[in-house]
Amino acid sequence: MDVVTASLEVSGLAFAYPDGHQALFGVDFSIARGERVALLGPNGAGKTTLVLHLNGILSGGTGTVRVAGLPVGRQHMAEIRRKVGIVFQDPDDQLFMPTVREDVAFGPAAAGLKGPELEERVLVALRRVGMQDFAERPPHHLSFGQRRRVAVATVLAMEPEILVLDEPSSNLDPASRRELADILRSLDVTVLMVTHDLPYALELCPRSLILSDGTIAADGKTAELLADDALMRAHRLELPFGFDPRWVPAIESRP
Amino acid sequence: MRKLCIHSPSSVACFPDFAPGAEQLAHDRSWLFVPHLSCKLFATSHYHRTVHVPDGFIDAPMSVATGAVAAAAVAVSLRGARRELDERTAPLAGLVAAFIFAVQMLNFPVAAGTSGHLLGGALAAILVGPYTGVLCIAVVLLMQGILFADGGLTALGVNITVMGVVTTVVAYVLFRGLVKVLPRKRRSITVASFVSALISVPAAALAFTFLYWLGGTTDISIGKVATAMVGVHILIGIGEAAITALTVGAVIAVRPDLVYGARGLQQKLKLRVNGELVDVPDAEPVPVAARSHRTVWAAGLVTSLVLAGFVSFYASANPDGLEKVAADKGIDEKAEEHANADSPLADYGVKDVDDARLSGGLAGVIGVGVTVVAGSTVFWAVRRRRTDDTSPVSTGV
Amino acid sequence: MGAGHAHRLYRHGHSPVHGLPPHTKLAATFAFVVVVVSTPREAMWAFGLYAVLLAGVAYAARVPAGFLLKRLLIEVPFVAFAVLMPFVAEGERVEVLGLQLSVSGLWGAWNVLAKGTLGVAASVLLASTTELRELLLGLQRLRLPPLLVQIASFMIRYGDVIADEMRRMRIARESRGFEASGVKHWGVLAKSAGALFIRSYERGERVHLAMISRGYAGSMPVIDEVTASRAQWSYALTLPLTALVVCLLGWTL
Repeated sequence: MDVVTASLEVSGLAFAYPDGHQALFGVDFSIARGERVALLGPNGAGKTTLVLHLNGILSGGTGTVRVAGLPVGRQHMAEIRRKVGIVFQDPDDQLFMPTVREDVAFGPAAAGLKGPELEERVLVALRRVGMQDFAERPPHHLSFGQRRRVAVATVLAMEPEILVLDEPSSNLDPASRRELADILRSLDVTVLMVTHDLPYALELCPRSLILSDGTIAADGKTAELLADDALMRAHRLELPFGFDPRWVPAIESRP
Repeated sequence: MRKLCIHSPSSVACFPDFAPGAEQLAHDRSWLFVPHLSCKLFATSHYHRTVHVPDGFIDAPMSVATGAVAAAAVAVSLRGARRELDERTAPLAGLVAAFIFAVQMLNFPVAAGTSGHLLGGALAAILVGPYTGVLCIAVVLLMQGILFADGGLTALGVNITVMGVVTTVVAYVLFRGLVKVLPRKRRSITVASFVSALISVPAAALAFTFLYWLGGTTDISIGKVATAMVGVHILIGIGEAAITALTVGAVIAVRPDLVYGARGLQQKLKLRVNGELVDVPDAEPVPVAARSHRTVWAAGLVTSLVLAGFVSFYASANPDGLEKVAADKGIDEKAEEHANADSPLADYGVKDVDDARLSGGLAGVIGVGVTVVAGSTVFWAVRRRRTDDTSPVSTGV
Repeated sequence: MGAGHAHRLYRHGHSPVHGLPPHTKLAATFAFVVVVVSTPREAMWAFGLYAVLLAGVAYAARVPAGFLLKRLLIEVPFVAFAVLMPFVAEGERVEVLGLQLSVSGLWGAWNVLAKGTLGVAASVLLASTTELRELLLGLQRLRLPPLLVQIASFMIRYGDVIADEMRRMRIARESRGFEASGVKHWGVLAKSAGALFIRSYERGERVHLAMISRGYAGSMPVIDEVTASRAQWSYALTLPLTALVVCLLGWTL
């Protein structure tokens, strides 16, 4: 993997919360530009802690995180937060502005964009998730699936280097889940998807990482990892009843 | 069906709520009242609520003066809240304001068919600190005034001063004082919450009376207004106190770190839980300081109680006061003659007399509050300088 | 329900009053109420004229009289207080229908009733012609401290979310057969309030995380600004200016 073009590079990351609870014990991985990677792991594996390190919300442990070569730290915080777009699990946490349009505009406006340029950016982002007709609606009048799509748009509007999604398929009905998958597939950004939804990971991400007990326990092709029963059991990962990854046609690793 | 309006100390009295239509909606079993179950908080009105002070109740100069007081208080709170919460102020204060708004819709049953609801000033002050508390209540009142016409726009200053500033500050100062004096136990927090919420409501009523005395548009004797206001609101205060204390207790049981007013206490508890005996050296400087603080607080409280005794003695010995009680009785009889027996006015009159008897002792209680406020202000300034480094440990993420 | 933040008092419409920029309406309402409050109560006719002015606004805004009158009910508890005033106030007494009433009390009652009602009516007209979102923009434009506007907008944004949570908790309790019927249940209700606070606070923290993840550094970017033309200002200010004339007449006549 070419380190120079890596979108995200995490090395030796360890972190303990102020109350003494240690969540990460030396995490190493790297994601190349344009890759779609799933981060799998049981509850309490440190997934959320790791995500919060990617844009510098949590810091103070050891190890480094680099986004497009830029070290995450005080110095480049504004730049880092623009480059790393995190879509949180609950869209109600993410959509805090009174209308969809303002919410999508929030990030770019905070970065200093104004006027027609800002409008354009908002419109493009909303179009990419198919929500352009809802711009003037207040977020809480939308359905859950629509809200999640808008949440993705709020992050896309910042034109991030890497899109980090925390449980993107949770609470979605099958149709919304499908629509979101189509949207994610249509994007040409680097994606890191934190999920419990193993079929979704298999569908969208050619590569997966398994985070367990604060370290990367496995890193490889999603189909192979999911097919490894012993590995899955060891890390409390379970496929839905009747689902066999070997029967699913392997997804092509897109350029 | 009657309703105890635990809502507004500045709503002049506890009227049985007879807004037509509203009662049918608020059928008394639904203690947690979200009209029409439409779940849209701002799409639902709350006509069943007692209004805050409307326009025309307080004269124009006083409205301007209280407006200035409220603006100053909000400005101070904005700065203070920034210190407490830094850039988390907007989202957290906004969420807490939404919480207060929601909690004001939480009707609790008092007895069969009667229910009251929370004012929230004391609760906000204890949970998120006085500055953020003032901001939250001020925002709630502002939005109620503009969105629901609940409270006059020119009376916004009065409403914010009385319900936002007085309740919050009185409750918080009392709370901190009591927490310092009482033993370091979880129960003390509950007791302190109860007392401070209890006092904060009649204190607000008293503040309103004072404003009314200065700028009221009718020359009703101040004694009468005070008696009616404070008497009724002491009853209301009991409900407020119970719910506040229980709510704070519930929060402390689950997330003690979120109770702003108990931060100092919580840190010490945590140390004991975590490191058993190891943190004795760490905790050493604090108890020394705390003990000395405690004696100061205790002395202050005792002094103010003694003072209050004099005040209440003086108040009850005041012939003017007695005269007014007599006058009240006469007037109430007239009112009763006029109104039908089941009329709300009759009800009000009876309360009025009862409360007159309470007022003497009450003055004492209020006296304690006022003295504690004054004393603490000085104490606060001194203490602030000393414990600057230990105070705002943010709750983390 | 139409697009946008509709609240209960809002009536969707396209009248000239609806179309006015929110800050002009806020300023006009506020100025009007101030004028009303500073009018001497003895000038009874002036209040009649104010009522006529408001009726004119209601007509222009196509707010039906019934709607307006129903909204005035919020004032009822204070009406009751006003009714009491003549009985409790001091001073010289007159006999009306066999009752001894205080003259100053009667004046006081009239004062509260007239000014309070006009104030509520003005606020109701404002609220029924202005959307929530617009009100916030108007407050922002009127230089309310930005932090206060932010707090208000967060409160409105999350009011529904929190009310929903409260409703879910109630349903959860009721489905387990709980009904609050008296003082003995206060503990349960308070536990709900406590849980609601924790949820609200934790959501506040999560919202804050989401905000800083998108580059928030303490101040909200201004995305929308409302502007008003001179014509719109003068249209909006017609109401308080006319009222001011009435008020001045009230003081001089």
